[in-house]
Amino acid sequence: MNPFAKLLAYARRRSPWIYTVNSGSCNGCDIEIGPCISPRYDAEQAGVLRQGSPKHADILVVTGTLTHRSHRAVMDIYAQMPSPKAVVAVGSCPASGNVFAGSPSIAGPLDKYIPVDVWVPGCPPRPQLIIAGIAEAARLLAEGATADQNRKAVA
Amino acid sequence: MMTGIAHYALAVLVWPGLLGAGLLGFFYLWLARKLVARLQGRRGPPFLQPFFDFVKLLGKDTVIPRGADPGVFHLLPLVSVAAILLGLMIVPVPGSAGTSFPGDIVLLLYLLEMPVVCDVLAGYVSQSIYGQVSAMREAVLSLGYNLPFLAAVIAMAQTARSFRLDELQHTPFGVVTVLAVIAFLLAIPARLKSNPFSIPNAEQEIVAGAHIEYNGAPLAIFELAHALETVLLFDAFYVLFLPRFVSGMLNAVLYVASGLVLMGLATLAAATTARLTLLRAFRFYWVWGGLAAAAAMVVAVVG
Repeated sequence: MNPFAKLLAYARRRSPWIYTVNSGSCNGCDIEIGPCISPRYDAEQAGVLRQGSPKHADILVVTGTLTHRSHRAVMDIYAQMPSPKAVVAVGSCPASGNVFAGSPSIAGPLDKYIPVDVWVPGCPPRPQLIIAGIAEAARLLAEGATADQNRKAVA
Repeated sequence: MMTGIAHYALAVLVWPGLLGAGLLGFFYLWLARKLVARLQGRRGPPFLQPFFDFVKLLGKDTVIPRGADPGVFHLLPLVSVAAILLGLMIVPVPGSAGTSFPGDIVLLLYLLEMPVVCDVLAGYVSQSIYGQVSAMREAVLSLGYNLPFLAAVIAMAQTARSFRLDELQHTPFGVVTVLAVIAFLLAIPARLKSNPFSIPNAEQEIVAGAHIEYNGAPLAIFELAHALETVLLFDAFYVLFLPRFVSGMLNAVLYVASGLVLMGLATLAAATTARLTLLRAFRFYWVWGGLAAAAAMVVAVVG
């Protein structure tokens, strides 16, 4: 690894900017994401910044089960993010549909539509766990091990 | 001749140019974020955070929105940085080469406006409605804060009877200085686009301001431009208002201290206020800023 690549990997690990999207959540996970940047948990220590535009973000944080109304929007937002990027699925809903499983209005698990790098389980997960998930995604970005980077490497 | 070129290259690239001002600017950005965090009872980002952000952005792909001209899209941040570097070169700060010529303060004022012009154009080039709203806001706000800002500079120039920076920095202290400092200080938060004048980059209203469609390396260059712009603005304050000592060391200490105090004041204002609407901000600048400007001008001309 040359020095600049090393520096870049370190910077990627220390500067994960997140964009959060609610794809049909009950709002429980969104309420848990708020405290991540509050004084008690203060994820800015790890360089986490919440961005308003997906174009500025490195990590897409998805909460909630994908509905028929929202899954296209999530795919569109993922496509807008510049590479390298990672996806963190927060809560049980993106994985399994949770209590909404079997409902006619949900469009299936998140990884059916976009590649997911980190699953954060819980209903809702605690803020510590969400921050750990984001930190894990940042580590994957630094190591070049996210699904997005692997796809690039193969292509 | 060769030494002359090397001299200028050193001034642009090392000090007071890219490397020195870049590091100082990143330090100011970190200071602002850390101070806000401490005031909110948080720990705040590590010391090298702005540097990590910059390197990370440089290493990302760039997505250009459909309909935007790729040439203009890439050129705007570079023009912004180049203009500020030129400005940094002509300002006589401690350790600089001291290239002064008649009317350089006027050039400096134009160069200080270049990042604003680039931001406004970036907002329109982005093809995003939020970017366009931000561009409009930034253009209107600049009409507001430039009244006290320009009046402060002109009042000092009138007192010194000179438009040369190296003569302006030896203006004796007086009532004009106090009034001009007030007018200048009023303009600083709007120039830094921090609260209560964070109107062009109001993230809760218009997502991310004029840089909304920028990403990757061009966004990194814009971040660098913001850092350098902060340094240039504080440089201008140092040159216009602060006294000079015989000792170079004391001057250097005063230079650094003035930057820290200005950033601290701007951050304190940012952390304790809420964003104003554009109309209120404009009214603030044309009433209170206008009063300070008028007082400084009257004292400068009469006194």
